Amino acid sequence: MTPQHLLLLIVALPFLGSFAAAFLPTRARTQATLLAGLIAVVGAVGIGSLYPAVSQGQILLSVTPWLPSLDLNLTFRLSGVSWLFAMLVLVMGALVILYARYYMSDEDPVPRFFSFLLAFMGSMLGVVLSGNLIQIAFFWEVTSLFSFLLIGYWHHNQSARDGARMALMVTGAGGICLMLGFILLGQMAGGFSLDTVLASKDAIHSSPYYPLALALILIGCFTKSAQFPFHFWLPHAMAAPTPVSAYLHSATMVKAGVFILILLWPVLSGTDLWYFAVAPIGAITLLIGAWVAIFQQDLKGLLAYSTISHLGLIVLLLGLGSPLAAVAAIFHTVNHATFKASLFMAAGIIDHETGTRDIRKLGGLWNYMPITATLAMVAAAAMAGVPLLNGFLSKEMFLAEVLEDHSGTLIDAVLPWLATIASAFAVLYSIRFIHQVFFVAPPEPLPRTPHEPPPWMRRPIEILVLACLLIGIFPAATIGPFLASAVRDTLGDQAPAYSLAVWHGFNRPLFLSLTALAGGLILYILFGGRLNAAKASPVVGRLKARRTFEAVVERGIAIAGWLHALAGTRRLQPQLRVLMIFALAAAALPFLFLGYSVGSERWTGVDPVFALLWLIGGSCALAAAWTAKFHRLAALILVGAAGLATCISFVWLSAPDLALTQLLVEIVTTVLLLLGLRWLPKRQPDIWPETRMPVQVLARRGGDLAIAIIAGLGMALISYAVMTRPVTDSIADFFTRNAYAEGGGTNIVNVILVDFRAFDTLGEITVLAIVAITVFSLLRRFRPASDSIETPEQQRVQADFDRRHADREVGDTVTDALMVPRLIMQWMFPVIITFALYLLLRGHDLPGGGFAAGIAMSIGILLQYMAMGTREVEDRLMVLPINWIGIGMLAAALTGAGAWLFGYPLLTTFFRYLDVPLIGEVPAASALLFDLGVFAVVVGSTVLVLIALAHQSIRTPRAARPAEPKAGEEQG
Amino acid sequence: MNAQLILALAITASQLILGFAMACATWRVIVGPRAQDRVLGLDTLYVNSMLLLITFGIQTGRTLYFEAALVIGMLGFTGTVALAKFLMRGEVIE
Repeated sequence: MTPQHLLLLIVALPFLGSFAAAFLPTRARTQATLLAGLIAVVGAVGIGSLYPAVSQGQILLSVTPWLPSLDLNLTFRLSGVSWLFAMLVLVMGALVILYARYYMSDEDPVPRFFSFLLAFMGSMLGVVLSGNLIQIAFFWEVTSLFSFLLIGYWHHNQSARDGARMALMVTGAGGICLMLGFILLGQMAGGFSLDTVLASKDAIHSSPYYPLALALILIGCFTKSAQFPFHFWLPHAMAAPTPVSAYLHSATMVKAGVFILILLWPVLSGTDLWYFAVAPIGAITLLIGAWVAIFQQDLKGLLAYSTISHLGLIVLLLGLGSPLAAVAAIFHTVNHATFKASLFMAAGIIDHETGTRDIRKLGGLWNYMPITATLAMVAAAAMAGVPLLNGFLSKEMFLAEVLEDHSGTLIDAVLPWLATIASAFAVLYSIRFIHQVFFVAPPEPLPRTPHEPPPWMRRPIEILVLACLLIGIFPAATIGPFLASAVRDTLGDQAPAYSLAVWHGFNRPLFLSLTALAGGLILYILFGGRLNAAKASPVVGRLKARRTFEAVVERGIAIAGWLHALAGTRRLQPQLRVLMIFALAAAALPFLFLGYSVGSERWTGVDPVFALLWLIGGSCALAAAWTAKFHRLAALILVGAAGLATCISFVWLSAPDLALTQLLVEIVTTVLLLLGLRWLPKRQPDIWPETRMPVQVLARRGGDLAIAIIAGLGMALISYAVMTRPVTDSIADFFTRNAYAEGGGTNIVNVILVDFRAFDTLGEITVLAIVAITVFSLLRRFRPASDSIETPEQQRVQADFDRRHADREVGDTVTDALMVPRLIMQWMFPVIITFALYLLLRGHDLPGGGFAAGIAMSIGILLQYMAMGTREVEDRLMVLPINWIGIGMLAAALTGAGAWLFGYPLLTTFFRYLDVPLIGEVPAASALLFDLGVFAVVVGSTVLVLIALAHQSIRTPRAARPAEPKAGEEQG
Repeated sequence: MNAQLILALAITASQLILGFAMACATWRVIVGPRAQDRVLGLDTLYVNSMLLLITFGIQTGRTLYFEAALVIGMLGFTGTVALAKFLMRGEVIE
């Protein structure tokens, strides 16, 4: 397998696994874990096997063309940085999956959890491995979606739902900004491929759109990486199951923003704007996060704010803009993932074993779970930046960087202080975490007596803590090479010399580090006891980010409601009016500017018969409009007459195919409308029977009439202008020339439908099928208006008549009346079927085809229903419209796909003449099979809708059934 | 006066007469007064248009147009049956 294929496979596998996991039984916890774990391990091994190439500075590309003309291809790109992040995603994924196996309870639908988690893993891999900006933005949005689903996994929990919604709204809005920023960036760079973008630093920096693009991309990254002021969603996302918090909200997803900043660091950074936009935000987030974390009473809340603070640290480092700071940022990203994920897992174990996450209620756990306590202590020490642990190393690099001058402004002077204070806070909350949870005696007995978790639940933490120690003690031997390849990839020629050593001698960073450690310890000794009483974090606690967010959302909903009340209406007439006026204006505008002129063609003579025909059609149409409101049946009959005139016009104008189809459609439409007419609510009597019509009603109706007349005249004028112009070369000539040569048919309309535009036809029959099934399912739930539930008056009268006469049975009247027509309609059935098949078979060369044949066939079936009634027909005739639709869709799609077997593009038609014995040479085209599919879908859809309407009559309406009195009620 | 001319005259005359018949039927469809009159008018319209199409086929000498006439002849009564049943029973399919 080539590396290119391997890359594609690694991204695809989690999605396939997600799909498979979704189909596992709800209780298949172990199988789902095995599946998910296997995929993560296979992915990690795959990515690992590509390391030799990456370590030599190679960039592996896997390009699958999609829209090459638009520079949009499915591109995956493995470089040093993306290798590191992909490894992080997969290894963390494997550990979290193992942990989740023991964390998730038996009652939870675990396969669904793993399905979401795998899909998230896939989309995260998509973000870090994509080689195209648009593709990154796409996968970015997908991570937001699966994060939403994972946070809301316990959807019966109100706070989980709220947290999920908040996270989705914040990160989703950020994703839109990121997308816009990427589009601008691609425009500036002249392409969306990452290699193009990374190579055009100068073009990007000199572009006037650089500030806008930077702002949009930063908003995207800051929302995802929980930077101030968008940080508030992260603590609320803690309602998620703890494996999710460990995976998404400490190790991977919140690092996506950081990843983009690192990825685009070479082209975006290096300007004052970058420095002043990124560094202060990072610094504020670092400080606020650390400050608020001190006052958290929830274990996961503490970790969440600590995560915010550490993300701020990384963003600050990237903002500084110096190569060494970027190295520190990459390094700290990895370190933070290891110690924070292990702390989250430890918090999950504590929650699991004691039944609470409240720091105030916890205490003395050292006696019950010493191993977990030790692991958590090491991880917390790494978080605090204690020497010989990985957190210390990257923090040293950070402190060294803030001591450097970067901009020559006040920020340079403030940063060392700020960094030291924030570090001291980090020490403080780390100590508090350990001391409160494991050592202080609890104020009241714990909800549950804790004990050590199962060893396999602890294993992921052990591995991560071991990594903290190994990186902390032997940095150069462990993380060194991987970091080096990532740094070389990001910084290129700028890659600085840096030393990954534990001991750099007594220098200023070490001094700051020790100050922070001592400061944190002293602060805890002084104030630690009082922290348990804190209700909210002082100073910053006043900034209720959540409340602001909710207020904004409420406001948005209110504005939407107001706009809807202002501009929306549920009445059809105003909607139609607005649509017509807009259409009129749009059509009139070009004429206002360019003028109206008639073409040069001369008048043809007037054919008196044709003129008479149009007079008939026109007056019927006008009369239909006139009676539509007051006499529906008359209007329907008049519309039928007008339609007939149209059909004859088609014949007159040499369009026999169209005429044929239109005639069939007219017939079926009349019956369809009649079926619907039965269920329409009764017409309201005239609202102003005696009093005079109010002026505004007159004005409204007059206005509508004016709109109608203007629109009609406009159409006539446009048609006239078009038809008086000479016919120019058009696409029609192409079809006339090629219909037989290329499509093998002489009926051009049909060849267009089943060959040249077969893909459109396939889409159309799909829509037809969907519409039919939708109508069918809507009608199953249809409740008629109360005044049309009753049996129609005619039927009651006739039934009464039958009942009054001793020699008659109920229903005799209708049987007698239908005696002759019924016989004719039944006998016509085979004839109509033959006619339909005839239309279908010869459609390729002469008028007809699948659609017309399908309508004819369904008229045949319809006639049986009218002749015999629903029950009798369905006793004898198996009409399964859904099967017709399904078989038709399959036939059409398979015929189209069949072309692939012979190496032709989809829907290529094959035709030749076959020599059939007795009959002779007959044309045979694969298009006929396709047309057969069209035929079946049309029959199925038409019959489905008509039968669904007809079935309304034999349904027993609920309201008509009298409520049965309950026993005992009668006595009162 | 040759055969061609006779045929042409005959066709034009029959078309005009059929057109007149259709105009009469349309009058019934529009004016009514009863729904039954309108249905009957529509049916007459269908029958007359079928005949009109046949004369048109004879005029142009193309059998292609007979197809449309065939459709009216074979299926055109569907609408009439449906309307009649609606008037008689209040619904088309029971």
